[in-house]
Amino acid sequence: MTQTATRRAPAHVRREPVTPASVPPAPRPPVPPVVEDVRRPSGRTREDLLSVVGAGVASLATTWLFYTRILPFDGSIGFVVLWYVVFVLFYAGLTALTQPRQVVVDRIVTTAVIAAPSLIALALASVVVMTVVKGLPALTHWNFYTEDMAGVRANDSFSRGGILHALVGTLIEVAIAVSIAMPLGVATAVYISEVGGRGAELVRTVVEAMTALPSIVAGLFIYTICLVYLGMPTSGLAAALALAVMALPIMARASYVVLGVVPGGLREASYALGAGKWQTVWRVVLPTARPGLATALILGIARAVGETAPVLLTSGASTYFNANPVQDPMNSLPLYIYAAVQTGNPQMEERAYAAAAVLLAVVLTLFVLARLVAGGRKSR
Amino acid sequence: MTAVPETLVGGSEEDRPRVLRSRESLQDRIYLGSVRATGLLVLAIVSSIGVFLGLQSIPTLRHYGFGFFTEYRWLPSQDIIGIAAVVVGTVQVALLALVVAFPLSLLTALFISDWAPARLRPTLIRLVDMMAAVPGIVFGLWVLFVIQPHATEVAHWISKHVGWFPLFHVRTDVDYPIWNQLPGYPSYAGSAFIAAVAVSMMIFPMATSVMREVFSEAPVNEKEAALALGATRWAMVRTVVLPFGRSGIVGGTMLALGRALGETISVVLVISQTFEIKGYVLESGTSTISSLIASSFKEASPAQLSALLTAGFVLFCMTLVVNSFAAVIVSRSRGRDVTDL
Repeated sequence: MTQTATRRAPAHVRREPVTPASVPPAPRPPVPPVVEDVRRPSGRTREDLLSVVGAGVASLATTWLFYTRILPFDGSIGFVVLWYVVFVLFYAGLTALTQPRQVVVDRIVTTAVIAAPSLIALALASVVVMTVVKGLPALTHWNFYTEDMAGVRANDSFSRGGILHALVGTLIEVAIAVSIAMPLGVATAVYISEVGGRGAELVRTVVEAMTALPSIVAGLFIYTICLVYLGMPTSGLAAALALAVMALPIMARASYVVLGVVPGGLREASYALGAGKWQTVWRVVLPTARPGLATALILGIARAVGETAPVLLTSGASTYFNANPVQDPMNSLPLYIYAAVQTGNPQMEERAYAAAAVLLAVVLTLFVLARLVAGGRKSR
Repeated sequence: MTAVPETLVGGSEEDRPRVLRSRESLQDRIYLGSVRATGLLVLAIVSSIGVFLGLQSIPTLRHYGFGFFTEYRWLPSQDIIGIAAVVVGTVQVALLALVVAFPLSLLTALFISDWAPARLRPTLIRLVDMMAAVPGIVFGLWVLFVIQPHATEVAHWISKHVGWFPLFHVRTDVDYPIWNQLPGYPSYAGSAFIAAVAVSMMIFPMATSVMREVFSEAPVNEKEAALALGATRWAMVRTVVLPFGRSGIVGGTMLALGRALGETISVVLVISQTFEIKGYVLESGTSTISSLIASSFKEASPAQLSALLTAGFVLFCMTLVVNSFAAVIVSRSRGRDVTDL
């Protein structure tokens, strides 16, 4: 879903070049583009600054006094919440001394508007810091990346065992899933956006509806069909199929959103030059949409890498290295983390954190890659 | 694009665009045929999931009847199976997640679109998108080991002081001395509330990016006009941005709700599973459809598997309805005319 959200932004930019406030200036340092922006009424006087600082200090002192000395409370969360409330009160009071009511309301809202993203940023930072710090004991051992968990007991030291099997498993499963979902998805997108017709409309509706499919239901579908009915063993292939079923509607939708952004003038120019439909799609539309398609692909991969539910149902958590997707269970990073946490063993939990840090690194690398590819489109 | 200038519409009837007919080359026929075939193949694959789930639920419904929807226990060994508790739990967790995520994403979207300096905006947008890529299991771990110890304290405090309100009640002795309890308030751990915190982290990026996108389409002219009339920033946002972005707020929230209903792994990691219909969201123990599937698919007999598939079908129908509403609402917001000066 968020893929389409990020994808739609450029569509909007092209459609309405008159609203500069929504157009982030392209990151090109040498030639600063002329950006017309909404006037920002932010002439900050010394009085404003002093009220913020004063309210901050006063509220901290008051909260500390009441919270730790007078009222029978404890706990850091309560302190911060109370501090925020007292700060807002003080700040509003100080502002009200000199400013009209509208300004007071504006400042109260501003504190909330700044507090919410700060809270999220704090949470996000703590997610990253926590996984890395708690996983550090395992992450610093080289064998964590080069060994599997075969024969490693829960309490063994970190110099034994690793996540190689899970890494390779993730790689294989996602590669198979994407090589199924991406061609089908792009072809469907071409059908919907370039061929059209009533059938295409039907496909679009159904594909759109199927993006609502929860990943666990996709997993259960493949589990029932392949493992129970067809008698396939738990394997990397089954997991890849589950991931593909989950990713297919998402990738198809992301792709046709991208194809829809290709300017119609390009197609018409191609037809005017005598090109056929296939030539137009192959030589004009797809190359124009390539960066967008690449971004959709990479974001789809990032999503598939992090999905646990379909893999949990279909692949089986092995502890040994297995590069054969057709036979034997095949572990993957999310599943490794899940299984390690479920053991309840502190040592295994630290391994889970380390694996989570690796997973996070993989996903974020893919994300940065997607951004770089998408950034290439702007500079062209 | 379809708009035709008024003067031409009423003009001569004969003035129609020339219809071009061209014989398609072999290449094009192959291309069209194969693309159509692929499209229909995808249609078949994708719709077969829905059809399969629907077909699978027939034997279940025939066996358990309507009681399948009203029975709250899940006791496969005694052949007592129903999804009332898990459906209630799913809705509870998803709504609670919305309660947590909605204000945060609304305020964050406003911050990005109207408060943050223009220079920072692309970075912030990218950060929100990046957050969407963080795997659910990582958030699950984070809630389990970082948030839960604090969240149980908060839950304890709430139930102690506002416990008379049925939603915040916990069936335990709130005044039981802390030093006598196990660390971390076990009767508050693994509750719907704590699962909702994990889910809210998963849905926050989606809700935020939809809202922000609609907010950023708010007409600049009207914003300028509001500011020129002496409005403060909040007054400008309240009178221009929020009314303009209302459908984005509703649509983004519903898209997030659809996602929250199906969220699996972060919930499974956090909750302690019980099958019970209860309003006490701070109390330990809840279950959702997805956590039910994840925890009991392995031991399921064919009949139970079909029951699980039915539960999955119900879940899919719920997300489908919510998502379709959201899609309609969001798409409506885009077609709106903007006052142009």
